[in-house]
Formats: sequence, C-alpha cells, structure tokens
Amino acid sequence: MSDILVQLWEKGVLQLGIWETVYMTFISAAFAYIIGLPLGIILSITDKGGICELVWLNRLLGIIVNVFRSIPFVILMVAMLPAAKLIVGTSLGNKAMIVTLIIAAAPYVARMAESSVKEVDKGVIEAAQAMGTSSFKIICKVLIPEAKPSLIVGGVISLVTILGYSAMAGTIGGGGLGMIAITYGYQRFNNDIIWICVLLTVIIVQLIQELGMFISRKTDKRVRN
Amino acid sequence: MIEIKKLSKAYPLADGELIAVRDIDLTINDGEIFGIIGLSGAGKSTLVRCINFLERPTSGEVIIDGQSLGELSKRELLKTRQNIGMIFQGFNLLEQRNVVKNVCYPLEIAGAKRADALRRAVELLELVGLSDKAKAYPSQLSGGQKQRAAIARALAANPKYLLCDEATSALDPDTTASILELMKRINRTLGVTIVIITHEMRVIDSICDRVAVLDNHTVAEIGEVREIFSNPKSEIARRFVLPEKRNAPNVTENGAIRIIFNGENSDKPIISNLVTECETAVNILHADTRELDGKAFGQMIIRVRDEDRERVKSFLTENNLNFNEI
Repeated sequence: MSDILVQLWEKGVLQLGIWETVYMTFISAAFAYIIGLPLGIILSITDKGGICELVWLNRLLGIIVNVFRSIPFVILMVAMLPAAKLIVGTSLGNKAMIVTLIIAAAPYVARMAESSVKEVDKGVIEAAQAMGTSSFKIICKVLIPEAKPSLIVGGVISLVTILGYSAMAGTIGGGGLGMIAITYGYQRFNNDIIWICVLLTVIIVQLIQELGMFISRKTDKRVRN
Repeated sequence: MIEIKKLSKAYPLADGELIAVRDIDLTINDGEIFGIIGLSGAGKSTLVRCINFLERPTSGEVIIDGQSLGELSKRELLKTRQNIGMIFQGFNLLEQRNVVKNVCYPLEIAGAKRADALRRAVELLELVGLSDKAKAYPSQLSGGQKQRAAIARALAANPKYLLCDEATSALDPDTTASILELMKRINRTLGVTIVIITHEMRVIDSICDRVAVLDNHTVAEIGEVREIFSNPKSEIARRFVLPEKRNAPNVTENGAIRIIFNGENSDKPIISNLVTECETAVNILHADTRELDGKAFGQMIIRVRDEDRERVKSFLTENNLNFNEI
C-alpha cells in the first residue's frame, strides 16, 4: 500500500469520506422521499383509471418530472447551485450538495413510487371502494401498505442511485469518497486511492442492497415464510 | 328493497359508444336470493357495479330502500356502500393483511373501536368456518378459504345486501357447492338479501329464488327460478335451461329421436316403460338431463329400430312428451 494511503487513513480523511458519503446519501434520500413519495402517489392516482382521475394535473406533473429527470446530473448539479444558495445560504460544501441531490433525486423517487403504487391490484382497490372507503383512506390503508414491499425495493434502488450522484458532487466542492478519489487519486495520479474509493463504494452499495432486500422480503406477506 | 329503473350504462369510445347495459328494470326484494345470469359480455358485471354505484349509470335510477343513489352526496354514497357488501371472482383480499385484519377492514373504515372490530371479526370467522386461519395471510389460503374470508369481510359491517360478482367462477365444483351452501345459510340466518351474478346455471338452480336472464345487454326474462326452468320463454333462457343443441353429439343417422324433458315427473321411468310397452330395444345416443324439485329438464337422443318407430312415437305422444325426429 502506498504511503499516501496510510497517511490518509491516519489523518482520518478516508473515514470522514465514508461517513460523508453515507450521510449525504441518506439525508438526501430522506428529503427526496418527503417530496417524491407524495408526488409519486399523486402521479399514480390522477392517471387514467386512477382513483382520483385528473388528467391535466397528471400531465403537468409528468412533464415537470420528466424535465428534471432528463437533465444529466453533472449539469443539474451546477445549475442548481443558485437554488442551494437560496435555500441553505451557501453554494459550497455538503449542505449545498445535499440540496442539489434532493432536487435531482425527488423526480426519480416519484417515478419509482408511482410504479410501485400502480402495481397494487385494481380489484383490491375496487373492493375497498365497494366497502365505502374514501380516496384518502384508500391511499393510507390500501395503496401504501399493499405497495410497501415494492416501495422498499424502490427505496434501495433510489439510495444506490443517489450514492452514485453524491460521488459526482465531489468535483464541485462536496465531500465524500468521490471527492477523495478525484483530489487525492485522479489529480495526483495515484491509482491506488481511486481503487480504494471504488472498493469502499462497492461495499456500501452491497450493504444497502442486501439489507434493503432482506427488509422487503421480511415485510412481504405474499410469499410464504 | 333494491329497485333498478330504466338503467343504462354506456362507455364513450372514439367512434360512438359501447353499450354495456340498457333499459334494465328490476326489483330485488328483501330477504331473497336473486340471480342474474347471462353469457360473458352480456353486461352482468356492469349491472352489479351500478347497484352500488362503483359504475355510475349513464341514465336511469338505482333506488335502495327508497333512496335514489344518484341523489346522494359523495360522503352519503360511501356511507350507503357500507350497507352493501360485495364479493368478487378474484376475492380481492388485502394481501399484506392477515385474515382477521382483512375482516376488520370495513369496521375500521366505519370508525369502529379496535376491540369491537376484532370481536366482530372473530365472530364472523366462526360463522364462515375459518377460525383456524385467522392469523394466516391470503397467499397461504386456498381459493375456497379466500372466498370465505372475503364473505366474512363483506358481512363485517352488518350489511343488508350482499352482491356477488361471479364469486364461485374461480372455484372447483366441490368448493363452489360449499360456498353456495354458506351463502344460503347467511341468507336464511342473517336475513341478508343476496344478489348473485353468474354465467353458471347450477349456481342459479342451487340457491336462487328468482332470476333475471340477461341477453344482448338487457333483461330477456325474469321470474321464479322454478318457473323459468319449467317454462323458459326467451331464446336465451331456453339455452341456459335446456342443454344446448350444439353440445349434443352430431347425430346424423336416420332413426334418431330427440325427447325433450320439460319438467316431466322424473319419478316416471319413461325409457323403461317405453321398452316394455313398445317391445323394442332402445339405444341411448346422448342424454343430458337435470332434476329440479323432482322434475326433469333436458333432452335425450335415442335410436330405435325402423319398424318400431311409429309405436314409439305414439307412446311418447300418449305420455305428453315433446320430441322430434332427427
């Protein structure tokens, strides 16, 4: 192992990088869900054949979501820096990066949630309506609980995507493993550091993936345990 | 009492409209088991969904206990639906809830206390014979058990009416019989009025009091089940009651006679009498008969020797049997 790697470890830079990556990913994902989950539910219930069919609203939201999703993250990230400054008072550092990550991830989360909710059996929704359930209660008591295992799987996929985005944030002043790989590895021609960062990222992704799928399986009552 | 007046439902299409049901007039009395039979595509499912306004009729009225559903506000309609249970061909249980929680669902919606809901659910599972599966999830149940759970759920809020949309169509014959038996028991003991949608005649003849036969999106015939069986007036009712000609083997040989049993006394050993009285040998080519209240319905195709034919024909005429020669 090269000296610089040992130095980085001894100074705690790597440890901090791991922590920053995890923390940025989870905080951004949490906020992305606060925005994206309701948005996804609205997208699914206002669509044709949904319980609150409202096609114009569906189209409008669909277009907004698509616009944000079609901008590559590296560009969106830079473009959203003024918004970050407005919201958190700075366009530098992890705080600003979290804002841009949320803006990029929320539309993605919305589409994931929409597709999960749409998987809920139409017959079950009809039965709930036949029992006199209001639309709001259908969302709370039928759509979300019935879609839960699928929503968790979507959550895992979203987390991994946000983790990937967070590495890019390292190029414009964010912290985390992405920043370490670029500043200490790429810019100083030290491939060892790049590979160590890749390895650490892979380990984090594996942990999120396995844990998430385990929780999804455990909560899904459709499979015989 | 459920009154359906001049009810029509059409779906708009790009070019014109698709008529699902038209000009339906029906009255379903309290305490009866009312069957609605029709071939697939006749509009049965649309009709039953109009009864609780899952589908809003294009025109006409549904009046339940004197209240026209079309005049109700959204909230009142939801309240009314709690008084009308419904079960489905696909069961439609909440997959992520266990059986007892499924049965609690309508009570939660109606705002019952958790403990009361649970007590009621346990009681109902006892009624439908599913107490031992209370903690099981729907994916762990057989079709019949799922439908029992769905029936318990439909009855949880103490509805006056129960709508059944092809509730036994996905079940095997034995299970169908036991589910029908359960429905009959619910009707007799709890006094729940039951509306059954089906395409199977045996469902109608095993439990229904009255039946409406749908054809071409409207009511072709309506009456007591016994009456329709013994004297079907419409073409479609005849097709349901009498085993269909197209199901009979294609008998082309000369000398075959089709005997139609139109509610004759099934105690009478017709064929045996025919053999002894006409002193002939009878070859049964095809028989499809069913018994209802001691009366026989159906048809039988027989062949006799040419020289005995006239004697056989006069025997059949003497015994008031409908027949024709093929």
